[in-house]
Amino acid sequence: MSCQYELYEPSWCPGCGNYMIRTALKMALEELGIKPHEVVIVSGIGQAAKMPHYIKVNGFNGLHGRALPPAIGIKMANKNLHVIVESGDGDTYGEGGNHFIHAIRRNIDIAHFVHDNQIYGLTKGQASPTTAMGQVTTLQFDGVKVEPVKPLALALTMGAGFVARGFSGDIPHLVGLMKEAIKYRGYALVDILQPCVVWNKVNTFSWYKNRVYYLPESYDYTNKEEAMKKALEFDDRIPIGILYKVEKETYLDKFDFIKEGPALVDLELNPLDAEKLMDEFR
Amino acid sequence: MDLSLIIGGQAGQGMDTFASLFEKTMKRCGYNVYAYSDYMSRIRGGHNFFNIRISSESILAVKDDIDILFALDEETIKVHKHKVKDTGIIIADESIKGEADITHLKLSDTARKLKNPRVINTIGLGAILKYLGVPVHIASEVIREEFNEEIANANLKALEEGYRLMDAKYHLDIREDNNILINGNEAVALGAIAAGCKFYCGYPMTPSTGILNFMARHADEFNIAVDQVEDEVAALNMALGASYAGVRAMTGSSGGGFALMVEALSLAGIIEVPVVLINVQRPGPATGFPTRTEQADLRFMIHAGHGEFPRMVIALRDTEDAFYQTIRAFNIAEKYNIPVLLISDQHLADGVTTKKPFNFRDISIERNIQSSIEEEYKTYRLTESGISPRIIPGKIEGATVLVDSDEHDEYGHITESGEIRTKMVDKRLRKFELLKEEINEPWLIGDESPENLVVCWGSTYGAVKEAVENLKDEGISIGTLVFGDIWPFPTKKLLELNKKARKIIDVEQNATAQLDSLIREEALIKSDVKILKYDGRPFTADEVYRRIKEVL
Ligand SMILES: Cc1ncc(C[n+]2csc(CCOP(=O)(O)OP(=O)(O)O)c2C)c(N)n1
Ligand code: SF4
Ligand SMILES: [Mg+2]
Repeated sequence: MSCQYELYEPSWCPGCGNYMIRTALKMALEELGIKPHEVVIVSGIGQAAKMPHYIKVNGFNGLHGRALPPAIGIKMANKNLHVIVESGDGDTYGEGGNHFIHAIRRNIDIAHFVHDNQIYGLTKGQASPTTAMGQVTTLQFDGVKVEPVKPLALALTMGAGFVARGFSGDIPHLVGLMKEAIKYRGYALVDILQPCVVWNKVNTFSWYKNRVYYLPESYDYTNKEEAMKKALEFDDRIPIGILYKVEKETYLDKFDFIKEGPALVDLELNPLDAEKLMDEFR
Repeated sequence: MDLSLIIGGQAGQGMDTFASLFEKTMKRCGYNVYAYSDYMSRIRGGHNFFNIRISSESILAVKDDIDILFALDEETIKVHKHKVKDTGIIIADESIKGEADITHLKLSDTARKLKNPRVINTIGLGAILKYLGVPVHIASEVIREEFNEEIANANLKALEEGYRLMDAKYHLDIREDNNILINGNEAVALGAIAAGCKFYCGYPMTPSTGILNFMARHADEFNIAVDQVEDEVAALNMALGASYAGVRAMTGSSGGGFALMVEALSLAGIIEVPVVLINVQRPGPATGFPTRTEQADLRFMIHAGHGEFPRMVIALRDTEDAFYQTIRAFNIAEKYNIPVLLISDQHLADGVTTKKPFNFRDISIERNIQSSIEEEYKTYRLTESGISPRIIPGKIEGATVLVDSDEHDEYGHITESGEIRTKMVDKRLRKFELLKEEINEPWLIGDESPENLVVCWGSTYGAVKEAVENLKDEGISIGTLVFGDIWPFPTKKLLELNKKARKIIDVEQNATAQLDSLIREEALIKSDVKILKYDGRPFTADEVYRRIKEVL
């Protein structure tokens, strides 16, 4: 591997699923031939969200729950950048839930990788929006009392055009998903099952390993009803792969001047251009 | 010449169309116009009115008493009849009764004859313009510009019918008109466009929505990405993303929306990404008085955000100031890589004024962006000034830009080092020290070295200026300092004038005298008298005059 994405020493725990996700991300960028300065990784706060520090590309490490809004702003300002959001299940489905819903509606061209460890890692083991009902945590010591969010089903109902699930324990498969998501024109969600070896003693590596299975070759990922069934399958068996993928007009396609013209960041600024607006007020 | 008119009625009765036609016609006659709209937070019914003042002098506030009351309902007569001067007139349709001396006109009857009930206000407009002695062709021209042909023709007929309903009382001299007619929200948006803002986002909230509307209307023409966001939390975060990626970005709201931006304001402080935002104030707390005015967010704007970081706060004083300060805000934000916060209010946002056309020739855009680098790029390179050279991600091969909301080292990487932390805090605060050197002192109006020194800030400027000038004309030693740049707080002129002043009078549109507390803190000066108003209605020039006079 070339070392163009210089890697830094992460502060993740040994054995954490995040290492594999980082390896997969690096390979995906490498294989797509994207140079470090052509991509921005945007993140919120959490263990997953530390990604911009551990791989040398452009990075915007913002606030907890707020990875999507700056990512959208970045893509609107410079359509030529590849924008990738790296975030946790709490970051995206909890604190950032509203942005998640509306990012899907916009269908802006970003790849969104959610490291779903079904727990709050960084803040030491509280339930996340995807922790199972009844699971005992450091805070919910008598078990979680609320229904988990079903992120993929939610994304499908909101009209997402690319919905996938990956597993940090299967790097080659994950690389494939990441590449597809980055290449996809529009908003692409990949929910990545990621064991947290310290705080989630239920959804362990082997728990996932024993359950995940590949969607068969014959699976039709343009069939939304099928996709919905697969999205809700999260018990003894958990499908991984692209659940749903269709072509859709992207948000920026709807702005003619962005679609046809240069990236906004490349526009010359000339105050005199605005002088004609004076006529409106005469 | 100094005339005031109030048109009042229920929401949905078309007063805004009347107001804009009347204002524009009077402007075209060569007069200065100041118009304030008083509206309720509802779409139909209630009581709304426009107070429109016309003068040969430049004016920025309304008066207490009026010359013409055009009532579209009985409520208007009840609410406003006491303001009508002895020499004034109350005009209404025949059907409108009231305990006052009303000049009844056949407005609805005429509209019926024209088979168009919608033109009733235009008939009234014709009658009033005739009364003022305005030649019909001036208003006709305005109508032709404002409407499509079909609607214009209907209104032109109505206008002419209206002219038949009244006799001329005045005979206005028609003067040359070179002015523009603009409100505060439009002036801010225009400033943003002139400054090269290419990203504006917001969530509708009165009274700031006008800016979002104006930007959206001109988005395609000026290649501006305008986004109605899901909430104000998204708004500032999104603007920061756009700015990080290299475009000039802005967002705006009113107090409640600004409250939701506070965490991201702090983010702007630590990631050192420039951004401009505006709070068009309305009275709080919480939802408060949605359509009314107040200046109670000054302290909030100065202190909002956890942690310590530099920012600039600029209060906008009138439409012209709003335009130029918005442009300056973008330059300062990008010079220091800081958030620049503009404060406006409903009074300025909705108040329509005549002004000389803005000067676009002298606007300079200063971006402070490096297009090449000599050494390894570090987002937060420690420099003497505290300002780190900025590059745009994606523009220089081999260089990447990392910004981080955690405390970070020069590269932008998370650090736990106490030593680096201290250096980074100092670096950020050094920018504030530098900023202090370029802030503008407040405007001084009236006596150069007054015995009675009035202090005020933002949009009270118009009313205070007029009151102070009138008092000065009476031989009173009085002057006012009108603060625009307000954080960092400029103290030079204040300290200088304080030496001679016997009495300091603080005039503010809030209940706790926030400017006064700032002055005490920053200049160790205490005002002697506070003239405060917090009923949601803007100061009139008369009220400021009266209340200052009481305390002299
Ligand atoms: C506004 C705000 N609230 C709370 C926190 C504390 N916090 C940081 S990360 C986090 C949860 C992280 O969970 P997740 O997104 O699942 O990431 P993980 O650590 O599991 O990868 C919380 C609650 C914060 N930084 N900011
Ligand atoms: S706490 Fe869990 S998620 Fe965080 S680094 Fe450790 S193992 Fe990974
Ligand atoms: Mg998590």
